[in-house]
Amino acid sequence: MNQVNRNTKAKGVNRRQFLATSAKAGCAMGLLGLGVTGVAKQSSHLDPLAIRPPGALTEDDFLSACVRCGLCVEACPYDTLKLARWFEGVPTGTPYFTARTVPCEMCEDIPCVKACPSGSLDHSLTEINESKMGIAVLIDEKNCLNFKGLRCDVCYRVCPLIDEAITLERQHNQRSDHHAMFLPTVNSDSCTGCGKCEHVCVLEESAIRVLPTHIALGKTASHDTYMNTEETTLEMLNKGLTL
Amino acid sequence: MNSKSMSNTANARFAQAAIDELGWWRAHKFLFLRRASQLCVLLAFAIGPWFGLWLLKGNLSSSELLATIPLSDPLATLQVLMTGHWPELSLLLGAAIIALFYLVTGGRVFCSWVCPVNLVTDTASWLRRKLHLPRTSEMPRNLRYYLLAVVLLMPLFSGIAAWEWVNPVPVVYRALLFGAGSSLWILAAIFLLDLFISERAWCGHLCPTGAMFALLGKASPVKISAVNAKDCDNCMDCFEICPERQVLKPALKGKNPMITDSDCTQCGRCIDVCAQRVFQYQNRIALKAENNQ
Ligand code: SF4
Ligand code: SF4
Ligand code: SF4
Ligand code: SF4
Ligand code: SF4
Repeated sequence: MNQVNRNTKAKGVNRRQFLATSAKAGCAMGLLGLGVTGVAKQSSHLDPLAIRPPGALTEDDFLSACVRCGLCVEACPYDTLKLARWFEGVPTGTPYFTARTVPCEMCEDIPCVKACPSGSLDHSLTEINESKMGIAVLIDEKNCLNFKGLRCDVCYRVCPLIDEAITLERQHNQRSDHHAMFLPTVNSDSCTGCGKCEHVCVLEESAIRVLPTHIALGKTASHDTYMNTEETTLEMLNKGLTL
Repeated sequence: MNSKSMSNTANARFAQAAIDELGWWRAHKFLFLRRASQLCVLLAFAIGPWFGLWLLKGNLSSSELLATIPLSDPLATLQVLMTGHWPELSLLLGAAIIALFYLVTGGRVFCSWVCPVNLVTDTASWLRRKLHLPRTSEMPRNLRYYLLAVVLLMPLFSGIAAWEWVNPVPVVYRALLFGAGSSLWILAAIFLLDLFISERAWCGHLCPTGAMFALLGKASPVKISAVNAKDCDNCMDCFEICPERQVLKPALKGKNPMITDSDCTQCGRCIDVCAQRVFQYQNRIALKAENNQ
């Protein structure tokens, strides 16, 4: 009887100790996990000038999928892609490129996507012209030479989808009053975000820049049903609504 | 008893008995082979970006052998799965191949023969010995399993493979292969932690990768065994050098000489430093077959 008692007592202490250390360890690890997640969430805001490779999922999905192996980087024949380092504004170890330095050369067989084992670069992208790495935006109308009435056109001519992703819109030149201006205009539906335009812009700082889609594009509010202005206006007139 | 007190006096060189008995080479054989193996794996990756010889592409997180066979880190793959993302087949296949490999060779073989962090923590431990820092280790060893659980749960709640932000294991590879040197601060932190705060803190108590491989290696046939336990003269040199010294006592003093604890990294240093040649690598399955004959 005595023996049994001692045994259960010893066991009880052990179990209590075990539970106590377990709880402590669990708490410590939980806190660590929260910390790491916090750091990860904090630094998951992508530097707007860093562009993801073709086929990249939306940033959140991309970060859940990418294992940071660099296979896409090594597959790129043009040294476009880089793996981010710490303190670089891009989540460490993930691939990106800076269009101004080396743009994407739009390989027809898209080797970077094929190489990706995790599917963070979507393998259903097979036509490179359909990629959406970002969207070019003519960001500085003040310094762009074409806006000054000159015929620079360099960004327009280098675009792989010339006259489709980027067009020159003829406009009367108010300043000289008898010249025309040809304004580089990006069609966001066709632009692939390859960044060739940003790369070649003749200015010291590019007047045209590729931005991640979520920054470059506005978004209609989901409750807004008046998508087709012409029709809705007619409809409203017919119904006799005040405009 | 005599030899124990001798090797514990500060002026005797560590493992001198083994060096005297077996010569420098045999007293450092597995250490040397291990470093060679770590270097070879690294070089197999590095000759690609450095010299254009593509044997292995990618890094330890995921790679491609000879442009055909996928290999990937099971822990990274599990994290991706936990975020709810279904990866390409090659990632899953790669993780399965690697898991199978370590299932057979012994899980923490990865730690001592492949992982680059091992170099850092071994150096810290060596320096600790040189500086005669006290052998304190207050952290419970099972912390790593908690951390492993946390690593696998984090993506579930945050939706991102968060551990890969700070995981030191692929950091060295990324630094050398992709020039991402600024990530090396993590290794510096681990070095300082191991050196000044707690002995063998990282590999012995925390690393979730090591924990995962330990779980994988539970059933592996390759083990280290105290085949000559009767010759042990209690010099304690193996306890001094072993990164997981709690695994030694049951083998030396218990009934089963085989080190069955999966925490053993199978580094073979206990074989090296033992002048009495107590330890040996053994194949559990071959041994069983022999006994059954
Ligand atoms: S499409 Fe070609 S150039 Fe562009 S990122 Fe991929 S591999 Fe590099
Ligand atoms: S190949 Fe895929 S998983 Fe690997 S770094 Fe590139 S995007 Fe990430
Ligand atoms: S990024 Fe520039 S060059 Fe590339 S498709 Fe868009 S407009 Fe053309
Ligand atoms: S290259 Fe630059 S300056 Fe020239 S038209 Fe294009 S955006 Fe303007
Ligand atoms: S415990 Fe972790 S860091 Fe240490 S050697 Fe093993 S895998 Fe590498």
